[in-house]
Amino acid sequence: MKIIVSVKQVPARDSALKVNSSGKWLDESDLTYEMNEPDAYALEEALQLKEKLGGEVVVLCLGPQRAAPTIREALAKGADRAIHVEMGEGVVLDALATAGLLANAIAPEAPDFILTGLQSDDLGYGQTGVVLAELLGYAHATIVMEVEPQGNAVRVKRELEDGWFQNVTLPLPVLLTIQSGIKKLRYATLMGIKKAKTKEVKTISAAQLGAGASSATNLEHVYLPQRSKQSQILTGDPKQVAKQLVEKLKFEARVI
Amino acid sequence: MSVLVVLEQRGGKWNRMSFEVLAAGKKMADAVGVAVEAAVTGGGIAALAAEAAQYGVAKVYAIDNQLLSDYTPDAYTTALEQLIKAKQPKYVLFPHTYQVRDFAPKLATRFGRPLVSDVVDVKTEGSKADFVRQLFQGKLNADVNVAGEPQFASLQAGAFRAEEPQGGSAPVEQFAVTLDASQIRSKPEAPFREAQRSVDLGAADLIVSVGRGIKEKDNLPVVEALAEALGAELAASRPICDNGWLPMERQVGSSGQTVAPKVYFAVGISGAIQHLVGMKGSKTVVAINKDENAPIFETADYGVVGDLFEVVPALVEEIKKAKA
Repeated sequence: MKIIVSVKQVPARDSALKVNSSGKWLDESDLTYEMNEPDAYALEEALQLKEKLGGEVVVLCLGPQRAAPTIREALAKGADRAIHVEMGEGVVLDALATAGLLANAIAPEAPDFILTGLQSDDLGYGQTGVVLAELLGYAHATIVMEVEPQGNAVRVKRELEDGWFQNVTLPLPVLLTIQSGIKKLRYATLMGIKKAKTKEVKTISAAQLGAGASSATNLEHVYLPQRSKQSQILTGDPKQVAKQLVEKLKFEARVI
Repeated sequence: MSVLVVLEQRGGKWNRMSFEVLAAGKKMADAVGVAVEAAVTGGGIAALAAEAAQYGVAKVYAIDNQLLSDYTPDAYTTALEQLIKAKQPKYVLFPHTYQVRDFAPKLATRFGRPLVSDVVDVKTEGSKADFVRQLFQGKLNADVNVAGEPQFASLQAGAFRAEEPQGGSAPVEQFAVTLDASQIRSKPEAPFREAQRSVDLGAADLIVSVGRGIKEKDNLPVVEALAEALGAELAASRPICDNGWLPMERQVGSSGQTVAPKVYFAVGISGAIQHLVGMKGSKTVVAINKDENAPIFETADYGVVGDLFEVVPALVEEIKKAKA
């Protein structure tokens, strides 16, 4: 089985985000980056699928040069090789344009499974996987909790809303977007890190892949959200703050 | 030319978010000077289509086909593709539900168009409409516009006040689609729920909810002490339950329980939209978080920017004093 897992590099979760001078994107100068957490779960599922079925796991990443450590991390955890679709710094693509580039990179590989995280922590469109499936003509299922391969088909458990679930059977080849948190993530071993250095990373420039290098979605203005409620921010040392809060709970919320 | 709102139903019951989207659709239709129309898809949906016609729309399209009885992305995409091709709406709006997330990107792609997903507001100016969506788990907002038509967008729960029925009745057009069972690749089974919940957070008056800020499982006693001092139920955001630190049944948010207590304490919770939709009905929200830009402060009545490991124990002590 050939399994492709698509991962994205995003600003680290605790990053202090500053809007840049154009007001259309972030000031990226002080940011540190990490693997998009939902994609880390897709990678874990891909590695476990390979352990079950044999074959190979190929990591696919669209991003600028700085994404290289994220790709190495995936290789260190056990992916066999990688494809890095390299694009310029500060380019922000919508899900359609992103999936267009990824589809062109994937097509010659003809994988049996494509896995992605269910969304990215930066843009959060939550669509790239579904669009990719449509562009490649693959069947798909989203927000997948469990994957049960059945020969030329796969039975998956999908999460619905309000605590509901559903099992769905799909034919291969298939694209699945994986829910976060369903399996424990593995750490890269020292051996894995060492091996990763010699694993193949094929770099393709986004321009080489042509179509989809720009997007129709325009981020007109990026800004800090305004507080919709009149919130009172309590200040002081912890003891003072606690006193004020208890006053509020007693006399305004009336729950003490 | 219209604003087409795709309503969602499952098993003959509406997803109420549909009527919030209808409200957004009307706002946009008024701004750009077109009519708002609604589409209902499913098998045996005549009664629902008639009900939708009472919501002040210009027309309802009923796509009634047995192959749409059970949701599948292939059938829903193909059916709506045919409707949109025939009617050529300017905007196509959806509620941002799990089902929409499963097929709307595919549908938009059929038209070579992007979908603006997870929209929290619509800004209209003259005949121009910008969508507002969140970036970075709600830490930033972006005004987004898209060149070309039709424009596809899905709207997050709570972005608009749901439309009420207005009496009267718009015409219902039966829209026949060409669908074949062989086009449907996925075979869905009946939806199910896992073991009955033993905790009903929905009934709780006071909830202390904990998020990533607690850092590790061993730190949970810090918030447990607060819940105990208040006589509150303990709840959590998704990552805490994913990690197995608290059982899934204590999760608040779009994939967990929806709560509306008198006071909701969000401790170390940043406030991603998936969490906010589960607790925004709370009467009073208290947020304790070290990041002053955490989106939870937007919905908080009282906010404390500080280290929960210092603030919470101090609060427990003061509550005990006040109750003594």
